[in-house]
Amino acid sequence: MKYKDFLRKDKMPHIWCPGCGHGMVLSSFLRALAKREYHPDKVAVISGIGCSSRASGYLNFNTLHTTHGRAIPFATGIKMAKPELKVVVLTGDGDSAAIGGNHLIHAARRNIELTVIVFNNNIYGMTSGQYSPLTPHMRLATTAPYGNIDYPFDLVKLAEGAGASFVARGATAQPRHLEKIIGQGLDHNGFSLIEVITQCPTYFGRKNRMGSAVDMLQWQRDNTSTTGKEGKIPLGIFVQEERPEYCANYHHLVKTVAEGKGSE
Amino acid sequence: MAGKFQVRILPAYCKGCGICVSVCPKQVLGLGKDKAQVVQPDQCIGCLNCEYHCPDFAITVTEGEKDE
Ligand SMILES: Cc1ncc(C[n+]2csc(CCOP(=O)(O)OP(=O)(O)O)c2C)c(N)n1
Ligand code: SF4
Ligand code: SF4
Ligand code: SF4
Ligand SMILES: [Mg+2]
Repeated sequence: MKYKDFLRKDKMPHIWCPGCGHGMVLSSFLRALAKREYHPDKVAVISGIGCSSRASGYLNFNTLHTTHGRAIPFATGIKMAKPELKVVVLTGDGDSAAIGGNHLIHAARRNIELTVIVFNNNIYGMTSGQYSPLTPHMRLATTAPYGNIDYPFDLVKLAEGAGASFVARGATAQPRHLEKIIGQGLDHNGFSLIEVITQCPTYFGRKNRMGSAVDMLQWQRDNTSTTGKEGKIPLGIFVQEERPEYCANYHHLVKTVAEGKGSE
Repeated sequence: MAGKFQVRILPAYCKGCGICVSVCPKQVLGLGKDKAQVVQPDQCIGCLNCEYHCPDFAITVTEGEKDE
């Protein structure tokens, strides 16, 4: 199948603003998936609430648009009940790191096989530009008109510290690189987190005078590096380890107990 | 002379953000009133930059002559 065949044509064009990076993340994800020839019935895509979380509604897989911050718990239930499915979570920086931050760290700790793709636009887009836990220090937001005095999470380090066995970061300005790392995340047997730097020209861009979507993509090119350049935001795969997977452990335990071989 | 590649833009999907225009190495694309347009079709080298960067799934690049 071609990647565009995964779209629900009757729901297109999508609702995102002109130049919003969310469509670019979605495109890279669909291209990675198309290369792997998953049958659409064997894929489940779960999202929370936010502009980014609208993504699930455009896709012709098993999809579930849930409540704010709770995509990972729903996805966990689906994966436990149907471990044969490829379960993907599409979520925003607010959805995954603010209200859903607790779920994120515990899913990482369990090493349950979910591919979590975080659309990080450094802002709450849907609710008109409040700062999120990923808004950089002293950048502007509707709720930080004089600058954000908080310091942001480094989501890659957070996921690694919480025990994720696959952690990567990509950017919408590098769609081929992004497709590649999302693909490797999909191939991973364990919890994978892929943070994607994406642009919200309407709120983050406008508030911070970053110009158009084209300018924001140039900012990404100038400020990220896939080769570990000093002073740039690193892109790439940072953790990739084989570790026992949660559902496999669970089903193994059920089997041993049922056969009377459980611990006394 | 027809080019080796065909670039098609779906006006119903295009939101005129100009990203495709900015990433095309051959100035094949231009921005019309509020939509992207193919302005120099013969120059296309089929690199797919425009299709892979379009946030709106509006561009399809194919190899071969236009079937008319
Ligand atoms: C329980 C609850 N609290 C708050 C909201 C309001 N709300 C909707 S989306 C959102 C934040 C979305 O930000 P993010 O996840 O970064 O997505 P984006 O829109 O930036 O893609 C909030 C706070 C809600 N819908 N439900
Ligand atoms: S508000 Fe921002 S995140 Fe939401 S669709 Fe518009 S550009 Fe995208
Ligand atoms: S990138 Fe896509 S949406 Fe933006 S102007 Fe080009 S064709 Fe239109
Ligand atoms: S395929 Fe490459 S050369 Fe052709 S229009 Fe797109 S960006 Fe330009
Ligand atoms: Mg956001």
